[in-house]
Amino acid sequence: MIAIEFILAGMLAAATPFLLAALGELVAERSGVLNLGVEGMMALGAAIAFITVYTGGGHVPAFIAGGICAMILSLFFAFATIGLHANQVATGLAVGILGLGLSAYFGKPFESFTVTGIDKIAILGLAELPLVGGLFNQDIVVWLSLLFTVALWYVLTRTKLGLLLKAVGENPHAAESIGYPVRLIRVGAVAFGGFMAGVAGAYASTVYTPLWADGMIAGRGWIAVALVVFGTWMVGRVFLGALLFGAVSLGGIAVQTVGLAIPSQLLTSLPYIVTIVVLGIISSNKRLLRLNGIASLGEPFEK
Amino acid sequence: MRTFALPKLVRREKASLPILVAAPFVALAAAALSNLVLYAAIGVDPLAVFYAMLIEPFTSYFSFSEVLLKAGPLLLIAQGLAIGFRAKVFNIGAEGQFVLGAIFASAIPVYYPMASGAWLWPSMLILGTLGGLLWASITAFWRVRLNANEILVSLMLSFVALQLLNYLLLGPWKDPAGFNFPQSVMFPFDALLPTLLPGTRVNISLLIALAVAIMAWFFTQRSFAGYRLEVGGLARNAARYAGFSQNGAIWISLLIGGAAAGLAGAAEVSGPVGQLQRSISTGYGYAAIIVAYLGGLHPIGIVFSAFLMATLYIGGDNAMVSAGLPIAAVNVFQGSLLLAYLIAITFVRRRLVWPLRATTETVAQP
Repeated sequence: MIAIEFILAGMLAAATPFLLAALGELVAERSGVLNLGVEGMMALGAAIAFITVYTGGGHVPAFIAGGICAMILSLFFAFATIGLHANQVATGLAVGILGLGLSAYFGKPFESFTVTGIDKIAILGLAELPLVGGLFNQDIVVWLSLLFTVALWYVLTRTKLGLLLKAVGENPHAAESIGYPVRLIRVGAVAFGGFMAGVAGAYASTVYTPLWADGMIAGRGWIAVALVVFGTWMVGRVFLGALLFGAVSLGGIAVQTVGLAIPSQLLTSLPYIVTIVVLGIISSNKRLLRLNGIASLGEPFEK
Repeated sequence: MRTFALPKLVRREKASLPILVAAPFVALAAAALSNLVLYAAIGVDPLAVFYAMLIEPFTSYFSFSEVLLKAGPLLLIAQGLAIGFRAKVFNIGAEGQFVLGAIFASAIPVYYPMASGAWLWPSMLILGTLGGLLWASITAFWRVRLNANEILVSLMLSFVALQLLNYLLLGPWKDPAGFNFPQSVMFPFDALLPTLLPGTRVNISLLIALAVAIMAWFFTQRSFAGYRLEVGGLARNAARYAGFSQNGAIWISLLIGGAAAGLAGAAEVSGPVGQLQRSISTGYGYAAIIVAYLGGLHPIGIVFSAFLMATLYIGGDNAMVSAGLPIAAVNVFQGSLLLAYLIAITFVRRRLVWPLRATTETVAQP
């Protein structure tokens, strides 16, 4: 019971880095661009945000600084892939390695320092409920992320901008022939994805676990990329996937509190193993992927 | 009419060979320049770093031998990966396959610490190769049977491999006489690879790596199987029409990549390290991706890029000691080098046309 209560209380916060990074990548992929540099962009955002908070800059500037630095990194990716038609997979890896390197480079003097996180905001009445009460006692970023998820769902499915993004991702040549600036839209989508990855990293290093350690993103950026596939490029499903991974990453700690003798390394591996298994299940449904997949994903746009 | 004068990118009639050859050097120069700025930003003398990174590795017999030592695993892994990359099978999990190779190879000395005989190190290398191959076969199965993206699966498996290594070293494989350090027993003498250059740590795995490079050349340039993979990578529909199995290409690519990385892992524990440790995984698997691309995915190009990357590793260590550079600078350099290279090679098949010049040409023509 305590374990369930623990997971319910913590899973939204644990899910937030996955959610923000995955929603950013979702927008980039919907425009037809596969940016595999999410892990590196998250790490850079995390490092810059941590340094900002540690040196007294405060959390709001930290999130902005982390987001912007990751966005600048994503613009390098955009320049190479959208401007010059460089291979998206390889360029994404390059940007990922660069981001991880930069985060370790700038974060070196701050290794294993800590900062204070931010206070939680409880929803009166609901937060006192037994068992599920913890679910309604979260920090402001979690609440804003939930609002953001709904807003993004609305923009992508109910507005012209969302439709435009879809057109660019499904058939860039048709979109261009009716006068839409395909490349500009793609650069914008990639930059948005970069910013969100940076913000996700900032949340991880200054709120969720407010400390800096080299390698602290630990594959969460890659899981975010996988989440976009799990969610078959749909906001709602990506949200559910992020929740699942939030719960899974807490599951390890919960199991230890219960006192089961499972090696901690197995529990640490759990999110990665779950990713592999779920990826297998979702991907084997080829029809699902074909129906929801982005037709021009990963293809360079050339006239 | 464009309102602002951006140069236009135009396809070349023929791919430019000079640019293909020049691209790695241009990328190296661009990466070096941009990184020197970064060093200056944290108050490290850029010239001292430059000297330590690119000159110092060649100033003594020993430091040059260390470059050769580092080049071995990079060369091995990159040759395997490049075969897959050419077929557009993106095995990003060489790091995990390397770790599994090291684990499998270590099984013999861990369970038979008193073993001796000439069979010992060769069987460790074979077992390690098998380990990498098996680990990669999970990815191949997931890709072929379950249609799962091999990039994500192979990478996730690398994270799992690292945890498996931690588990073994903290638990069942921990050296009972090792003061509780997370490492295995020291391997017996016969488990260690024979030294190649006297007075250094360079061992015969360098020769194995070079032999693999030659095999890779024959495979990609002269064999039918290699040709089929290449066609599958360049034109999937043409390959299907010719009856070349795409699933076969995925299996071959991943198994070759996994086997090469596993062999490299085995050679690392039975070579310079001499026991199974947590630190055997130093990012070779990721660096080899850069080596493969920088070498133009060509077996001969990769030999050069492996030595370049090894120089950067040793040079980075030097710069850390002599110029006080954070070791992460090596990763920053690697990332910017790959990015610069990928940008540079886009000009092999395309060229820029400047709108301004185009207008003057039309005016001058009448």
